[in-house]
Amino acid sequence: MSERVAIIGVGWAGYRPVSPEVSYKEWMYEAAVKAYADAGVDPRRDVDSFVTVAEDFIEGTSIFDEYVPDQLGAALKPVHTIGGDGLHGLATGYMLIRTGLANLVVVEGHSKASNVLTLPEITAYAQDPVLNRPLGLNTEFVAGLEMNRYLFETGTSLEQCAAVVVKNRRNALRNPLAPYGADLTLDEALEGPPLAWPLYHRHKSKHADGAIVMVLASGERAEVLSHQPIWILGMGWCNCAPSLESRDWNELRYIRKAANMAYQQAGIVQPNLVIDFAEIDDTYAYKELQHLEALGFCRVGEAGYLTEEGATEPEGELPVNVSGGSLGMGNLLDASGLARALEVVLQLRGEAGSRQLEEVEVGLAQSWRGVPTTSGAVAVMSH
Amino acid sequence: MTNKFKEFPGTPLSEGDFKEGKILFYHDQMKADFAWDTGVAIGSYLAALKEGYLLGGYCQTCRKTVIPPRTVCEWCFRPMDSYVRLEDTGTVNTFSLCYVTWDVKRIKEPELPAVIEIDGASPLHGIMHKLGEVDPEDVHIGMRVRAVWKPPDEREGAITDILYFKPFKEGES
Amino acid sequence: MAMRKVAVVGAGMTKFVRRAQETGKELAWHASRMALESCEMTLDDIEAVCLGTAPDSFDGVHMKAEYLSDGAGAWGKPFMRSYVGGGTGVFTPIQGWYHVASGLFDAVLVVCEEKMSSYYPHGQAAFMTIFDHTTERPLKPNLLWIFAMEMNRYMHTYGISKKDIAQVAVKNKRNAADHPCALLGDPEITVEDVLNSEVLAWPVNRLDVSPVSDGAVALVLAAEHVAKRITDKPVWIQGVGWNLDTAYWTNRELAYPRYVEYAARMAYEMAGIKEPRKEIHIVEPYDPFDYKECHHLEGLLLADRGQAPQLLADGVTLRDGAMPVCPSGGLLGVGNPIAAAGLMKVAELYWQLRGEAGARQVPGQPKRGLAQAWGDLMQVGTVIILGTNP
Repeated sequence: MSERVAIIGVGWAGYRPVSPEVSYKEWMYEAAVKAYADAGVDPRRDVDSFVTVAEDFIEGTSIFDEYVPDQLGAALKPVHTIGGDGLHGLATGYMLIRTGLANLVVVEGHSKASNVLTLPEITAYAQDPVLNRPLGLNTEFVAGLEMNRYLFETGTSLEQCAAVVVKNRRNALRNPLAPYGADLTLDEALEGPPLAWPLYHRHKSKHADGAIVMVLASGERAEVLSHQPIWILGMGWCNCAPSLESRDWNELRYIRKAANMAYQQAGIVQPNLVIDFAEIDDTYAYKELQHLEALGFCRVGEAGYLTEEGATEPEGELPVNVSGGSLGMGNLLDASGLARALEVVLQLRGEAGSRQLEEVEVGLAQSWRGVPTTSGAVAVMSH
Repeated sequence: MTNKFKEFPGTPLSEGDFKEGKILFYHDQMKADFAWDTGVAIGSYLAALKEGYLLGGYCQTCRKTVIPPRTVCEWCFRPMDSYVRLEDTGTVNTFSLCYVTWDVKRIKEPELPAVIEIDGASPLHGIMHKLGEVDPEDVHIGMRVRAVWKPPDEREGAITDILYFKPFKEGES
Repeated sequence: MAMRKVAVVGAGMTKFVRRAQETGKELAWHASRMALESCEMTLDDIEAVCLGTAPDSFDGVHMKAEYLSDGAGAWGKPFMRSYVGGGTGVFTPIQGWYHVASGLFDAVLVVCEEKMSSYYPHGQAAFMTIFDHTTERPLKPNLLWIFAMEMNRYMHTYGISKKDIAQVAVKNKRNAADHPCALLGDPEITVEDVLNSEVLAWPVNRLDVSPVSDGAVALVLAAEHVAKRITDKPVWIQGVGWNLDTAYWTNRELAYPRYVEYAARMAYEMAGIKEPRKEIHIVEPYDPFDYKECHHLEGLLLADRGQAPQLLADGVTLRDGAMPVCPSGGLLGVGNPIAAAGLMKVAELYWQLRGEAGARQVPGQPKRGLAQAWGDLMQVGTVIILGTNP
């Protein structure tokens, strides 16, 4: 067993609303070749195992696993797919190295959301096929239901949710990877028709294309190969009820459990004392608030006020989504968790350019698989 | 197994159970539409098909010609950016005589899928396509075949711009 | 540091049927419940769940694992789905293995479920979408094409006849007659029956191939200290291996599955096996088609290239032979609910190595067995080795 696991290389391609000039394979290759150069490894010679995250209906290909190896340098090597978010992929690499079976593992996630012409219909196929789907509702309604309940339970206001949109899209202005940077006012963030009231049009992240590759190494290898390994201190993931009828609409137990699992491995008792910044799922603006609370950074109902007061701004006490989050960088579908983790890596390395935070030691990345799932993951990392 | 369990769950149904309405079900048709970006390499391959020829890629490190072209060699992981025009002839590597369609309808005259090693590509490098203008009885591994193209004005830059491959004898045009 | 030891301590399975009344969630639940009951554990003892299931297109459910998760006992637990096409059924216990061997978990539930009958009118059509969307799918390929072409290439390369291969279907369907969950067991079947069944895609006849089915299988995996508390007869995971070849399947030799060999070598190395033909006592290779059993025995280095049919002709691979192959009845006999069928093979090793396989029990107190699955575009090999010694 190797207890210690580090990220020693990262690479990315994108992110953009559309990417007509490259195929998904070429997109993956671009990210992979950068990650290998960053890590100083040759995938054909050095890498023991490869993990990709993908869902068939998003790719438009059954058994997408087939098309993974070539552009990652993984042909005739141990490769497998996880039907999960990028952080599930990262957790898989983390486990593989901890077993002692692998020293170097590559994790890949990508999005070609622009190629999916019927994304709302596809998302509807994630609803229960007999109980829910026949109602013919856009799956966004699940977010509307959840947000409404959240506002009701916690007294959080629409303006507090809008403050997340304003912050994240403004943060994105300083991120060259982010296509959706904007300087909006609170009122502008609430403009336009609601998608599924109380969820407003601009409270939902738009999709983007992109690919992200990370190289993970055992402690021993990391110390040889890298002058600034980013250590994974803890990883957690959890699911709750898939069914809309029996889920707990008040509490994100799966995020709380995933966080506790990661904190326990990292030896963290009070996350707000130890964690310097966080990259959190903001598929919808209210989710950033809900996630902050479920992660234990504040009490239930406080996240909206903290956001309003600027505590989660880049210069605040707990910077959240300095990258711009999904609202600013685009929703990369199941690669979104890797985009969150990538920002944590760049910040901890001091490579985040004009948005670099000062004196950060521990960062957290968190993901959620979107409606209608109750599936999330958490990673805690440090240099 | 047999020590522990006497009964195994799982209730088999027959077609009749549905016809007689004993079992209710919900029917839905999927609406899943995609427009896949073809990118640099496959984009070039399709453009060549529209022009009426087959395009391969050459890896300078492995000294190998592959089809379809790709932007990275999967064996040495070096970029692969030289394209090679290949012949539209080849040799049957393997084939089948298939009496069911993709959606499992039985047909009298078999479809003839084959892997065809393309002339000009490295050995064992071919594409999947169909054979035509041949008696199924006569198809054999090692058979020499040539592409039969759609007329130029009907080509759209797709693998179906080749209708099928048909046998030929060396020296015939 | 030594690797953490992981054992299989419980197993359960549903019948494999053409079309089950139960939903996928219910099938997953039945198998999971049985696996837990078999080792007197409850869901509270389970710390994480690993799920295997093949294409979402069978069910028409996007993110199928999320939908199945509560049926598989994953409510409130760390849960992940691994996916390597047809290789999934043997990969999911490998996924369970790395969950435990990582030190993060001590008890994990591994569930494989398949409900192929939901697709209308026939599940096989769903396979069209496994082909490359741009370069192959416009030809409207049938799944049978590629296997028929691989079988043809295998026969041609080594001079093997359809009759040699049909013996495999006969052996497995006869073996399955002793399996209480089998869909296609037939003690009376003959080689003529297989050769005379209708041609689907020459050289593949109807009885050369296992049909689409519904079913589920589950295993409980545990770390050493937990396993020893639960049972006197844990079955240890001694080796795991997996390997994925290039997607450009028309750019490589189809007569030999190199990826299976690489996966096997990885598992043999981990298990410390130097001479697999002597050290493996039972084999459950993947047999969705009869030629695949031969193809895989060769890739697993358990037969010389082109010689696997001869092993059967010599009686070596019969249930009472020197190296029983598919004593369960395999996919050809028990049925082929894809991921569940792969895990059924691992469950069979578990029962055989504990001496609990009833009428299917192979003689001679076997100590070690190997299960293997295969999938994607004739491209992935997954191998697990179980044994009575840790």
